[in-house]
Amino acid sequence: MPRPHARAWFDRLFDLFPPAISLFAALAVASILLIALNANVTDAYVALITGAFGTENATAETLVKAIPVLFVGIGICVAFRANVINIGGEGQMIAGAVAGVAVALGFGGQMAPFMVVILSLVAGFIAGALYGGLAGFLKAYFNVNEILSTIMLNQVAVQMMNFLLNGPLLDPTEAGTNHIPKTARILAEIQLPRLTIGWTEGMELFARTRLHYGLLIAVLLAVVMYVLLWHTPLGYRIRAVGFNERASRYAGIPVRRQVVLAMFLAGGCAGLAGVVQVLGLQYRLQTDGSPAGFTANAGFNGIVAALFGGLNPFGAIPASIFFGGLLVGAQNMQRDIGVPASLITAVNGIIVVFAVSSQVFVRRRRQRRLQAESPVIAKPEVVEVAPRKVEA
Amino acid sequence: MTNTQRIETLEMRGIVKRFPGVLAVDHLDFDVRAGEIHALLGENGAGKSTLMKMLYGLYQPDEGSILINERATRIRSPQDAIQQGIGMVHQHFMLVPSLTVAENTALGMPSRWQLNLRQIARGLSELSERYNLKVNPNLPIWQLSVGEQQRVEILRALYRGAALLILDEPTAVLTPQEVDDLFVILHRMIDDGRSIIFISHKLHEVLSISQRVTVLRSGRRVDTIPTSQATKPLLAEMMVGRPVVFEYQRNAAQQSGERLRMERISALSDRGELGLKEVSLTLYGGEIVGLAGVSGNGQSELAQVIAGLRAIKGGSIWLDGVDMTTHTPRQRHTAGVSYVPEERMVDGAIKEFTVAENYILQDHGHAPYVRAGVLLNHTAIRQACEQAIHKYEIKTPTTDTPIKSLSGGNIQKLILARELAGSPRLLIAAQPTRGVDVGATEYIHRRLLEERAKGTAILLISEDLDEIFALSDRIAVMYEGRIVGVMPRESVTVRQIGQMMAGATADAV
Ligand SMILES: Nc1ncnc2c1ncn2[C@@H]1O[C@H](COP(=O)(O)OP(=O)(O)OP(=O)(O)O)[C@@H](O)[C@H]1O
Ligand SMILES: [Mg+2]
Repeated sequence: MPRPHARAWFDRLFDLFPPAISLFAALAVASILLIALNANVTDAYVALITGAFGTENATAETLVKAIPVLFVGIGICVAFRANVINIGGEGQMIAGAVAGVAVALGFGGQMAPFMVVILSLVAGFIAGALYGGLAGFLKAYFNVNEILSTIMLNQVAVQMMNFLLNGPLLDPTEAGTNHIPKTARILAEIQLPRLTIGWTEGMELFARTRLHYGLLIAVLLAVVMYVLLWHTPLGYRIRAVGFNERASRYAGIPVRRQVVLAMFLAGGCAGLAGVVQVLGLQYRLQTDGSPAGFTANAGFNGIVAALFGGLNPFGAIPASIFFGGLLVGAQNMQRDIGVPASLITAVNGIIVVFAVSSQVFVRRRRQRRLQAESPVIAKPEVVEVAPRKVEA
Repeated sequence: MTNTQRIETLEMRGIVKRFPGVLAVDHLDFDVRAGEIHALLGENGAGKSTLMKMLYGLYQPDEGSILINERATRIRSPQDAIQQGIGMVHQHFMLVPSLTVAENTALGMPSRWQLNLRQIARGLSELSERYNLKVNPNLPIWQLSVGEQQRVEILRALYRGAALLILDEPTAVLTPQEVDDLFVILHRMIDDGRSIIFISHKLHEVLSISQRVTVLRSGRRVDTIPTSQATKPLLAEMMVGRPVVFEYQRNAAQQSGERLRMERISALSDRGELGLKEVSLTLYGGEIVGLAGVSGNGQSELAQVIAGLRAIKGGSIWLDGVDMTTHTPRQRHTAGVSYVPEERMVDGAIKEFTVAENYILQDHGHAPYVRAGVLLNHTAIRQACEQAIHKYEIKTPTTDTPIKSLSGGNIQKLILARELAGSPRLLIAAQPTRGVDVGATEYIHRRLLEERAKGTAILLISEDLDEIFALSDRIAVMYEGRIVGVMPRESVTVRQIGQMMAGATADAV
């Protein structure tokens, strides 16, 4: 057990920046793995950082990877604020992507391209929202644990997508061949434009990269969700329910509805992640059939981005860029240092585990300390009463 | 005394403690001697709990020193404090409900590797014998009443060898009988050469049990005097800085028509038993009905039923002649039902929210706090909250301070301000002054009487019979889920009400 003052110091550090601790812990474990693989740790991390931000293209790739993570992360902020643990970002992303690509393929060329894009985004949002809202509904009205239901719904979504991509939505030109499961390519006019920074023709930053307008949409969504959470009665109710259900009921807030709503919004954000991935990057929906074949785990990484960002949509922006950098840099590390790809996956997983558990740890500490400092009388839940003696 | 050295003297010198935006304790001197009960008095937020938490190692003083037996000592943690022979019973008990008394005592003991529950149980039995604490060490906490739980807290501190025991508002949740029992125990403890610091807002308790009184105001010491020289008005004036009124001028009731009618209400309690058994009660506008009873006899359930927070098994509720039996809490609030709940930090406020956010808990959904249909108007919210803070003299650094860092009395004032803001038709006030200082109690009582004069019907639920008698026009008594009698205040005595609270019927007393 640490000495009392050492513990006080630790307390303060933890209060200041809890995710930093989990990050360092994860990096420490990763270092041990690297050493075990006989790799030079310093070289490995240098490769990681230059791989993520070393060149214009590296930075663009980092941002490209960050986009779906950010979309999902923003939604996670809303869900977690309502005290709903949404692990279903993967499934919701897929739901959004399927709906979005169906609209893009079905209406492409039949109306103004701009309208098709909007329609496709809306469809993606709604599909994800309904998929997330389903888990919220089950939690609110049937007391089904949302962690379990969202994880199971992820499986359902993956299988549904595999079915659709091998049948109804399959690219007609691939039919009958030994195909990769994918849809037809969406029309060029409804693909999200590339995003560049600067005005001089040919000199813009990110001119020759894959960075697309999805980044702007995501940042816009962060603004919207921030305003929603802290500047509308709706967000007020969501946060109230997340902190204290009993006081919320006392205030006449329909608690169940807020739970469903928070999951609806979270699912919608993840749905947008899916459809933007299609419209901005892949131009079709395609998978290798594995669970993360389409999502590349953005549905899970978004959780970590949200936690790193302090459950604030604005905080999720740097957090997901950091995460994107980790993903891109890791590939570079693999190339330069020659460590196996599975190590990268392991490091990724380690960070997720540390970040999530640090969150649980912080919440417990906060509760414990609140109990110690609470200036108020809280009566124990069960009170047996001894009647007073009758003075005859 | 066993396993501890005596604390002959304990001195706190020049203690300073700052929190963001507050100077909670300001160059304060304080001392206790062996064999003494030293009472600590002060308004809500005066710094009593903060001072004691520094003594118990929960906070570190920013300046000043603590001397035990004239030796400077640093208390870095509660473990340190326990080692030095200091024990504390908090405002909020810290027992694990599913564990037994002995197991709770074992928690946080220095040697964690070996656990001899039987030895602990034996030690506890000896102690409880000696101090007449009457607790079975092998019972789980959840089976104990509040008073028994408090005895467990005391027993636990004694078992850990407390030579100095800090009691932070120990009587706030006790029945009068339990208070008497507690005082017997405390006397026995000082006879043994232990010392006690006793915090309470009830002046008559302070006068009857302590040898010296220290009064704090705004983190500073006003004075320390022998209790023999103190009187109730003197202490109140020292605390508040002005004379305090204990008896109120009440105008004759201006009763108007029927406001609330409950007919044969039955409802389950949290434990699944029938907590309310066919309760009928009618309230008229402009009157205060005091609902007396030992806690746990259905008063909380009744309040929750009226507010719409507890489902009923049978009966009907009418407000202003309208059947609102099936109305939601929101609809009832809109119709004019306000409720100051008993458990203010669980039901009445969201502790993570700021003062301003808590102020709009009921009305966050409409004008003037919402503009353009969807946006919270933070300027209007802050202004309204600042007005309430000013009007109710709520002590808080800003409107953006998290409400959990306010003192209990100030949180209560904020809740009251919020619930009275909309000029309610019916106000249910459950234990409105529990843990609230004399100045604020006077203020809250005045506000309740003002509401009565405005024609509001008020149901005042309280275990404090002085409060019931000071304010009520009629007094209803609850016992085992029934209302056993409703009488005009003039026609009953405190003693009769006390008997009815214990189960005697109105005819028998
Ligand atoms: N953890 C904290 N953070 C910030 N401010 C605090 C904290 N604890 C107490 N305060 C502030 O310090 C002041 C003193 O609070 P304290 O709880 O000591 O009052 P008290 O005298 O015990 O009041 P009460 O009678 O209501 O229990 C108050 O203004 C309170 O708001
Ligand atoms: Mg206190």
